[in-house]
Amino acid sequence: MGSYVLRRVLQMIPVFFGTTLLIFLMVYTLPGDPVSALFGDKAADPAVVASIKHKYYLDQPIWKQYLHYMGNLFQGDFGTSFTGRPVSDIMADAFPVTIRLALMAFAFELVFGLLLGLVSGLKRGSIQDTLVLVLTLLVISIPVFVLAYIAQTVFATNLGWVTPTVQNSKDLSQLILPAVVLGSLSLAFVARLTRTSIGENLRADYMRTAVAKGLPRRTIVTRHLLRNSLIPVVTFLGTDLGALMGGAIVTEGIFNVQGIGNVLYRAINQKEGPTVVGIVTVLVIVYLVASLVVDLLYAVLDPRIRYA
Amino acid sequence: MTTAVDTGTSRREAPYEGPLLDVRDLHVEFVTRDGVAKAVNGVSYSVAAGETLAVLGESGSGKSVTAQAIMGILDMPPARIPRGEIRFRGEDMLGMDKERRRRIRGQKIAMIFQDALSSLNPVLTVGFQLGEMFRAHHKSSRKEAKEKAVELMERVRIPAAKDRVNDYPHQFSGGMRQRIMIAMALALEPDLIIADEPTTALDVTVQAQVMDLLAELQAEFNMGLILITHDLGVVADVADKIAVMYAGRIVETAPVHELYARPAHPYTRGLLDSIPRLDQKGQELYAIKGLPPNLLRIPPGCAFNPRCPRAQAVCRQEVPELFPVTEDDGTELAGRGSACFFWKETLHDR
Repeated sequence: MGSYVLRRVLQMIPVFFGTTLLIFLMVYTLPGDPVSALFGDKAADPAVVASIKHKYYLDQPIWKQYLHYMGNLFQGDFGTSFTGRPVSDIMADAFPVTIRLALMAFAFELVFGLLLGLVSGLKRGSIQDTLVLVLTLLVISIPVFVLAYIAQTVFATNLGWVTPTVQNSKDLSQLILPAVVLGSLSLAFVARLTRTSIGENLRADYMRTAVAKGLPRRTIVTRHLLRNSLIPVVTFLGTDLGALMGGAIVTEGIFNVQGIGNVLYRAINQKEGPTVVGIVTVLVIVYLVASLVVDLLYAVLDPRIRYA
Repeated sequence: MTTAVDTGTSRREAPYEGPLLDVRDLHVEFVTRDGVAKAVNGVSYSVAAGETLAVLGESGSGKSVTAQAIMGILDMPPARIPRGEIRFRGEDMLGMDKERRRRIRGQKIAMIFQDALSSLNPVLTVGFQLGEMFRAHHKSSRKEAKEKAVELMERVRIPAAKDRVNDYPHQFSGGMRQRIMIAMALALEPDLIIADEPTTALDVTVQAQVMDLLAELQAEFNMGLILITHDLGVVADVADKIAVMYAGRIVETAPVHELYARPAHPYTRGLLDSIPRLDQKGQELYAIKGLPPNLLRIPPGCAFNPRCPRAQAVCRQEVPELFPVTEDDGTELAGRGSACFFWKETLHDR
């Protein structure tokens, strides 16, 4: 187990350098000059442009820029955005918002997804089962921006329960509606995955053994059925949490949540190289850690993998 | 001072005269999309304490379904029991409330399944799965349950039981896993054990070990044993009596050695003839021609008639009941029966 973790961590190193290099190259080879864009319509003084370019290392060949950037990164310096604000500052503002939103969406999809999946999986062919199937299919087929606008119209405009957009991204109650919209797609997947998994395990031989042992039904369901059925669901949830932490460009945009997705979207539009690279670098790390945690969780849940 | 009989019955609820298990005219059907599959069509048998009944038959003959009906582990629906009676120590099992039925499962009647790897839960340790019996039925603590699990594993002779109690099923060999299944069935010292093809998934050498262990433990606890198998070789040494099943009916019953020596049903005869024998090396193996019937459309009359070398017009019209088998002079052969109109001729066939 220890050597497995070590091997996985070592594998993360080339992935980390590969992805950051790729994103670095992509951002810096984008057409258009970010420095002259700073001046808008006005003509820029070539001397000023040159000094800004020098300040941001833009006058250097790209491989030198990359090495310089990585060197700073390992000292905890994510660089400075073209507006003069440290990128780490920008992220420190946006990430907590995204984390809050992500955790709320995650809790929503976890609790309700599992509940719906359990009900429909245990009672296949019942009315509840059909209802869950139809509803989840609906959610899966509707694009998230449509769902977001519908939610906005119904709950904000018609019912007036909430404001259409988030006024204060630090206020948890305002984040509920965006979190529900954000988590709804994964909720549908969790429900269906749980349903299928329970259906398969219900027919397993070891379930018959559990019944033959004379165990109470409750014990059979929680200890034998759920423990086995949740293995694929947990791995999905783990990966999904990683994805949620990466911010949600569409949902955050529609509800005006000042999270990482919104900031990233703006940075890409404005060709804010340092910000984009900084954020993506952190996201790469989040993803790598999330997938490592999922793999380890898988091994914890399924002993057959642990000892393989 | 207590007598041997007293100690034998003291752990039982009450001394009970008569058979441990009595199955009468049991019918089991499965409702499927294509119609009603008649899996069991009037099976009757009984098992006494200390007795071993072997139920022999091909797959689809209804032998496992009967066992599952006795255990009460059929999924109903799609299964249903339109007729019949299952009495355990005189008590009606089919009319019993669910909770009492559950308490009997595992505690009074236990079952051993064919494939121990898939029948054990892959994500729980064997110690936990063994201990569950004590925790569910005797309200033992976790610690007690684990200690009992180790004792059980030692009892079925699993080497280094103490070190292996926290291992998972996939870490054991096939023979060891089946021993764990046996240990699980034995845990609460039940009155009756139903073993559904307990050795089919095992190597031949391991088969013998597992069968011997099962027979030994059965004798030690004076349990009734129903041994379900399609393997005539497994049965010979351990069974007292045999019931041969075909298309959901018992076609022949007999004490084990008499059945081998003088079968009274053409189907049994066919089964015996299809055992490979050393003195027939090089010759083609005998096989009963044709296939077992589709349970959705069992042929009228005797279900075996399309495959039977002896079939006459009567076999295609009348369903033969289980006739008592006698010698030519009319002496009754105890425990013998054959559901063939021509049992006499079959008996004399050589």
